[in-house]
Amino acid sequence: MCGNDACGEGAVLAGCRFYAGYPITPQNELTAYMAKRMNETGRVFIQAESELAAINMVFGAAAAGMRAMTSSSSPGISLKQEGISYMVGCELPCVVVNVQRGGPGLGNIAPSQGDYFQSVKGGGHGDYKLIVLAPSSVQELLDYTFLAFDLADKYRNPALILGDGLLGQMMEPIQIDSGIQPKFIDKPWALTGCKGRGPNIIKSLYLGDGVLEEHNKKLQEKFILMKESEVRAETFHTKDSEIVLVAYGSVARIAKAAMEMARSRGKKCGMIRPITLWPFPDKAIEEACNAARKFLVVEMSAGQMLEDVRLAVNGRAKVDFYGRMGGGVPTETEIFQRIEAMA
Amino acid sequence: MRPKNRKTKKRKNYPAIKQSNDTTTVLFSQPASLYAVENHYCAGCGHGIVHRLVCEAIDEFGIRERVIAVAPVGCAVIAYDYWNFDVTEAAHGRTPAVATGIKRVRPNNIVFTYQGDGDLAAIGTAEIIHAANRGENITIIFVNNGVYGMTGGQMAPTTLAGQRTATTIHGRSLRREGYPIKILEMLAVLPGTKYLERVSVHSAHEVLRAKRAISKAFKMQIDNKGFSMVEVLSMCPTYWDMTPIQAADRIKNEVSTFYPLGVIKSC
Repeated sequence: MCGNDACGEGAVLAGCRFYAGYPITPQNELTAYMAKRMNETGRVFIQAESELAAINMVFGAAAAGMRAMTSSSSPGISLKQEGISYMVGCELPCVVVNVQRGGPGLGNIAPSQGDYFQSVKGGGHGDYKLIVLAPSSVQELLDYTFLAFDLADKYRNPALILGDGLLGQMMEPIQIDSGIQPKFIDKPWALTGCKGRGPNIIKSLYLGDGVLEEHNKKLQEKFILMKESEVRAETFHTKDSEIVLVAYGSVARIAKAAMEMARSRGKKCGMIRPITLWPFPDKAIEEACNAARKFLVVEMSAGQMLEDVRLAVNGRAKVDFYGRMGGGVPTETEIFQRIEAMA
Repeated sequence: MRPKNRKTKKRKNYPAIKQSNDTTTVLFSQPASLYAVENHYCAGCGHGIVHRLVCEAIDEFGIRERVIAVAPVGCAVIAYDYWNFDVTEAAHGRTPAVATGIKRVRPNNIVFTYQGDGDLAAIGTAEIIHAANRGENITIIFVNNGVYGMTGGQMAPTTLAGQRTATTIHGRSLRREGYPIKILEMLAVLPGTKYLERVSVHSAHEVLRAKRAISKAFKMQIDNKGFSMVEVLSMCPTYWDMTPIQAADRIKNEVSTFYPLGVIKSC
């Protein structure tokens, strides 16, 4: 199964009732997969007239209490930012999938990690955060899309799957049915018609003196809770490694191969793979600082996650960077050469 | 919109038509769907009338507990302070997309949008055209007063030629700003649209006709007939720089000659 299809199946398994998408490469397989599977399973698929319409249809379905998803690639995700900001403000859960491509602008259709800042620092207007999950295999695209629905519902906040063109397009064998059931929760706030209760209102507009500040404080409390409970990361040999690589998504697999190459040549090299890019695994990095002298951040960008690694390291070790941009994919040899140069 | 000193004390609601013990029948009372509160609209504004007509229609069909409304960005942004049923906000112009999402997952609910002319005819043109073209079984209440009221009376796509606004201080120039858009006539060519009517609220007679059109639009949705939309020509005395009476006369003598009243399409 290809990554885009696996992502779609993860949504189907999670009980996604509504999907709206718009064509853009390299995520088109996902939209086509949802067109087939959502109709097969008696759910709703809409090919929207734009990314703006797609995210706002998702807004409507989520306001009506249903699990809903939209997907796109970088330029389309930029268009969705308005809707994402409104959904955070209105406390509506949904899942957004970004199969990243090269930018800025129309860029190209090759894999990239250039949307890290957009994903973890807010993206749209206002003070807000999304839970951002970064799968690094086709299996994880399925598993984390499934998980993203539970997390979105739990916090009444959109969750983002940050993949890239490489992950979306590649094929790997996967296990589809894990036997895990989605955690459906009651949504007494949802718009269902006011039979037997007072009207429900979904809104992000708060005009009175100080009312919006109170609403923002409530949102920030949720973000603190997410930081306390939802950090996910994978670590390799970080207890005794002098050089620690930090990479996420598809690049993490290449970096891991480079780490193994270095270790086979006797170098004390480890790795941290953030799975949640927000909340960022600061603690894993802080702990690695006990042994590490140097960090090497590897990304398909000009150095975006690099900033969060530097904040977590906080001067306790040297932080180096190796990145490719515009569709360039780092090779394990390139990364290994960087490790050698650092040692 | 004038948010200053707005007091919205919610008082007891009364049923639409109350049958008393004796032979007297109450013909006019507070709709159950409309809170008995002061509203924030300017003197002579049409929004209050349109709100009431929508609520009367909802009560008469007995669908208050099935309704889900999508409020706009614009003067009617806080419509949920007046409506006694489920309401969501939507980003400016995205209103029909939000309504689409709701209706598709809850087809047994009655879903309507309430939009102004900036919302629907400018920033939301793509959303309204494609919701109409898909034949979504939703109802659109489109309030056309020819200006952006909430932001200070700027030119809207529906502003008439020569009309002075905050952004056309010497009057709208057709060469510079283009022509006023007739949205209903545009949508009429789409097979997905089933009922389109233009009405006005500038006189008691027209208010009654507007009520009938709004009821018909909801009936279309209740009967699963498809996309229905009512355009209501409405007064904005504040940004037309007129008294309420002058504004009502302007609709009669000027606005409705460019935007003809009546059924544009019904099938």
